[in-house]
Amino acid sequence: MAWTRKLLRVNLTNGTVAEEGLNMGWANDYLGQRGLATRYLVDEIDPQCDPLGPDNKLIMATGPLTGTNASTAGRYSVICKSPLTGAVACSNSGGFIGAEMKMAGWDMVIFEGKAASPVYLHIVDGVAKLEPADDLWGKSVWEADKALHAKFQDPQTRIALVGRSAEQGCLYAAVVNDLHRAAGRSGVGTVMASKNLKAVAIRGTQGVGNIEDPKKFMETVKAGKAVLAENAVTGQGLPTYGTQVLMNVINEVGALPTRNMREVQFEGASKVSGEAMHEPRKSDGKKNLTTNGACFSCTIACGRISTIDRTHFSVKDKPEYWINSGGLEYEAAWALGPDTGVDDMDALTYANFLCNEDGMDPISFGSTVAAAMELYEIGAITDSHTGGMELKFGSAEALCWAAEKVAKGEGFGKDLGLGSKKLCEKYGHPELSMTVKGQEFPAYDPRGMQGMGLAYATSNRGACHLRGYTAASEILGIPEKTDPLHTEGKPGLVKAFQDATAAVDSSGLCVFTTFAWTLDDIAPQVDAACEGDWSPDRMLEVGERIWNMERDFNMKAGIAASEDTLPKRLLSESANSGPAKDRVCDLDKMLPEYYAARGWSSDGSITSETRQKFNLPG
Amino acid sequence: MKITLKLYATLSDLLPAGAVANASSIEIDEAATLNHIIDRYRVPRELAHLVLINGVFVCDTDRDQPGALVEGDVLAIWPPVAGG
Repeated sequence: MAWTRKLLRVNLTNGTVAEEGLNMGWANDYLGQRGLATRYLVDEIDPQCDPLGPDNKLIMATGPLTGTNASTAGRYSVICKSPLTGAVACSNSGGFIGAEMKMAGWDMVIFEGKAASPVYLHIVDGVAKLEPADDLWGKSVWEADKALHAKFQDPQTRIALVGRSAEQGCLYAAVVNDLHRAAGRSGVGTVMASKNLKAVAIRGTQGVGNIEDPKKFMETVKAGKAVLAENAVTGQGLPTYGTQVLMNVINEVGALPTRNMREVQFEGASKVSGEAMHEPRKSDGKKNLTTNGACFSCTIACGRISTIDRTHFSVKDKPEYWINSGGLEYEAAWALGPDTGVDDMDALTYANFLCNEDGMDPISFGSTVAAAMELYEIGAITDSHTGGMELKFGSAEALCWAAEKVAKGEGFGKDLGLGSKKLCEKYGHPELSMTVKGQEFPAYDPRGMQGMGLAYATSNRGACHLRGYTAASEILGIPEKTDPLHTEGKPGLVKAFQDATAAVDSSGLCVFTTFAWTLDDIAPQVDAACEGDWSPDRMLEVGERIWNMERDFNMKAGIAASEDTLPKRLLSESANSGPAKDRVCDLDKMLPEYYAARGWSSDGSITSETRQKFNLPG
Repeated sequence: MKITLKLYATLSDLLPAGAVANASSIEIDEAATLNHIIDRYRVPRELAHLVLINGVFVCDTDRDQPGALVEGDVLAIWPPVAGG
């Protein structure tokens, strides 16, 4: 079983909570978490609804393995229609709240409507109550979390919250759980705040005992953990250096987007790298990195816990930031660093802390600041807009100032909270927005990594590395090395990564396991936990079904296949250095073959045969 | 001739003293193979996973060819790593 077979439906308009049985027919077709929750969303909302209106719904969902002792089985996702892109949003987070939801006896929680005034949801096992949150509104994530924990007097209560950025309408606001883990992308926090829902606090004491074949499950889990421990990446590389080890790698191969993707290599990369986080500081002899950290049941422990130099200008008069907290992961470090041209590790760490404290997606935030810096350089944004702050590439002061402004939704922070696309449109230069379908790019330049270009262009949630991480193959040699500058074979590679990732994202496991595991390692764990036969082939079929369902929703929302593209800069302005020098992303060489591999028509629409094959809804 | 050697992540400590930002200028023979250099700096071959000359990957079967490097090249080496 593994599913609790129960979901909680919360009607915020009426202030009611109700238990429902989980649709097990859908669970068989979509597994859980990303797939199953999206199936509910597709069934329950109009794809053309206003993302910030009461007709949008917000679903927090676990996978069947969430809360078990399988390695990394702490994941949950937040699903809704995105206010940043207008597409389906599914944002995945670790930490502990997913497991807590499962141990409280719920597979998912569906929020609908809008509360008349701020509320939070408090779940203790089978009892759920909406409580007033007027006193929490206007507080940061960290302040509100502290207040709720003081109220509950139970450190085991796990809380997911939105910060002030979400309350102020920042379109890339996150839902932050456990203080520094986040469902970060696509503005899921903005949707949560639009419903006047400040927080979800959960305490679960029931464990997860409903495993289909416990003995087999324990055997498969043990075998899976051994694979992770023995693998050089998951057993040594990620715990020691975290994802930040990529900073120097991606710079060396010439695919590190720099200064709003004008360049592909950053001269200051080594100063903000994973290796640099291990270097003692001159001021106090301490390292930026305090330790690594793990999410629920994770045996990899890639998380970074860091400190800021207390003498740094950003915090020298703010002892509240002289703490150990969630530190720089690669994507955040890239967006806050190379993309803005800032090589000051402490400034990046401070901006990252603020993103956690007030719930901004650091990728979208950093990329939007980078776009604003380019707009400032060409004179489209001036000191009169910023109140005198010089938004120059490389300015650590400007980066920290911007984070403070967006966090509170103050002044020019309102404009920065629009995201790169709307900001660039507002200031008359839409071509300077480095986005796909309205979502900002992560840390791999498609000119130096052709497969990632196709993955970005076809991602169902806009530019995103976690929908099809071909960088694993193109750069890191996982599962096998392919040439990052070649387009041959990339359509099939992208599709394979997209489908497998959709399945993993629906299981309750972390996608980072796939640096060591294949579906041959994952499927046996799902099979032992869940009723029915879950083979690797069935997992892939589920992943492909999910991908098509998401695509179908987006097309019904009005997102045409013509949006399967990249910014003009990446298609026509050549890389200026490194192995990709003089190259653009040759998307047109890959897209037709990708459509064919997907069983779509040449115009990118889903054919009736493919609809029938996957029994797509509606 | 001189090239730049870069060793990263868990290989960082194998760089000669005085290395800056994981990079060191080293003198090599013109006929040196990549594996000669890998062995000279005591990098375990099984950990020389990502080997790049000027950012371009060199697969392990091509690392015994003499003359792979020219003056001024950058040889960068990582153990198995990942992120995202």
